[in-house]
Amino acid sequence: MSAHVKAIDLSDAQVPAGSIWKKLPLVFAVLGIAGLALAFVTAGEDHKQFWYSYLTSFMFWLSLGLGSLFFVIIHHATRAGWSTVVRRIAENYMITLPVIGLLALPIVFGGMDDLYHVWVHPGETDLFVQAKTGFLNTDFFTIRVIGYIAIWTLFAGFFYVSSVKQDTSGDPRLAHRMRRIAPVALILFALTITFAAIDFMMSLDPHWYSTIFGVVYFGGSAMMTYAILALTSMGLQKGGILKNAITTEHYHDFGKMAFGFMVFWSYTAFSQFMLIWYANIPEETIWYYYRSTGGWEVIAALLFILHFVVPFFFLMSRHIKRRNLTLAVGAIILLVAHYLDMLWLIQPTMHQHGEPHFAMHIADILAFVGIGGVVLAVFSWRLGAAAAAPMKDPRLAESLEFENF
Amino acid sequence: MAETKDWGMLAEFDTPKDIYHACEAIRDEGFKHWDAHTPFPVHGLEGAMGLRPSKVPWIALAGMIFGATVGFTLQWWSMAVEYPGIIAGKPFFSWPAFVPVTFELGVLFASFGTVFGMLAINKLPTFHHPLFNSERFKGHSDDKFYVSIESRDPLFDKKKTKKMLKQLGATHIEVVAEEA
Repeated sequence: MSAHVKAIDLSDAQVPAGSIWKKLPLVFAVLGIAGLALAFVTAGEDHKQFWYSYLTSFMFWLSLGLGSLFFVIIHHATRAGWSTVVRRIAENYMITLPVIGLLALPIVFGGMDDLYHVWVHPGETDLFVQAKTGFLNTDFFTIRVIGYIAIWTLFAGFFYVSSVKQDTSGDPRLAHRMRRIAPVALILFALTITFAAIDFMMSLDPHWYSTIFGVVYFGGSAMMTYAILALTSMGLQKGGILKNAITTEHYHDFGKMAFGFMVFWSYTAFSQFMLIWYANIPEETIWYYYRSTGGWEVIAALLFILHFVVPFFFLMSRHIKRRNLTLAVGAIILLVAHYLDMLWLIQPTMHQHGEPHFAMHIADILAFVGIGGVVLAVFSWRLGAAAAAPMKDPRLAESLEFENF
Repeated sequence: MAETKDWGMLAEFDTPKDIYHACEAIRDEGFKHWDAHTPFPVHGLEGAMGLRPSKVPWIALAGMIFGATVGFTLQWWSMAVEYPGIIAGKPFFSWPAFVPVTFELGVLFASFGTVFGMLAINKLPTFHHPLFNSERFKGHSDDKFYVSIESRDPLFDKKKTKKMLKQLGATHIEVVAEEA
């Protein structure tokens, strides 16, 4: 029955001046710069370690920007109702893409020799890689990365600016325009995230290839984004923002989406593994060999447990997803799992010409804090700059009243 | 019809609003064996009736666990215990190869659990129900809203229940008979 139509108070959608939220950008920026500088210092002479730590954290935080872009595109493409009230939070994460794009430039102009040595300087007898240098060469790589940054900036900027503009004008044509652009954005998003995953991560070992690699990265990215959106919403509500607007129903949906993409990741990651395991061709299995010896088998087992078994049974029940505390526990497990995934994909390559062995360096943690600090500084800066929800979106009322069955 | 006895009472309401409030009142009275019949889903009625969450998800979960276990043990038993054979130079117990069938059987039995569990809980198929003895009850698929209270409910009392339903705004009340 529509007996419970209640006016929802949206006066707390604006971050109050002089509150702790306004100080966060500065705090995060300091953390970010200090983290990156310390990571560089502690890695010392071992530039290779620094670049691997940097790339691992870069790919983790890039997941958040890209996942949020996906969230916004899907919202418009499907004319979603439920996600309107939380869309601005995703938009604020999405608008970190131009900045995280800039953080890719140090890799392109400084880290190539250390990270992609195998194809930057292919060995004379390495015919496999020599045959691939038409695609894998420094110039084309640089052009591609700049292309990704341009496309991500373009779409993130377009959706962000249109949405904020609607806050004052309330013009429904803006919503229509965003919906028309969304399918185009979706196609370019799929292409760029696939190629970016291949360029940044798969080309670390250019002998090996997997056509589903980009899809696996996308699954993990979408999963971690929904987990972060749930945690961020809880944080905002604790801080007195959108206290009545975000309800259990929205948290339930975050949980459902995170659960769904967690299973999707498992499905694709296992598909990749099983075909290679079954065919048993040496140049393909060597990739898994490096990742299942010297301590990496522990990380692989942890991935299986934390990226599938535990969250699958834990997050299955609706009661778990509808309680903030338990959902937060599930979200944190998924974030840990996504970081382990990045670590497991990227770092075994570092020592592959010696003995592969698992070792975490202090620079891993510092680079994580560093890049995370920069991303969250941009997020909290944008959070304070506009309302925390799209105030005049035509479907805001639908989102506020939305209920799961 | 030969021997008949009272099956229960059928009350007719004109609007979703009336039946919603009637259900709230009947729920608060503490009736157990009663139901509501509407031509379309009335939003929130399950809350007004005080229905507990469905048991179907638990049956689906049990089906999933059963199917996955059967799928995995069948492959383990046939491939590693009873008919061991070397295939592609792999160990007898090659668990990665067992995953697809395990997964598919898990999904299959979860679906069986969902569909057949739903049918069992709804006591379907039922070929006849005493409520269809009532001529007026045809309105439940047209424009009328009904509440039926069974006589086996401990709180059921012909006079008192009729009075209560009348107060709740029922436009027509009748006693429904069934074959004894």
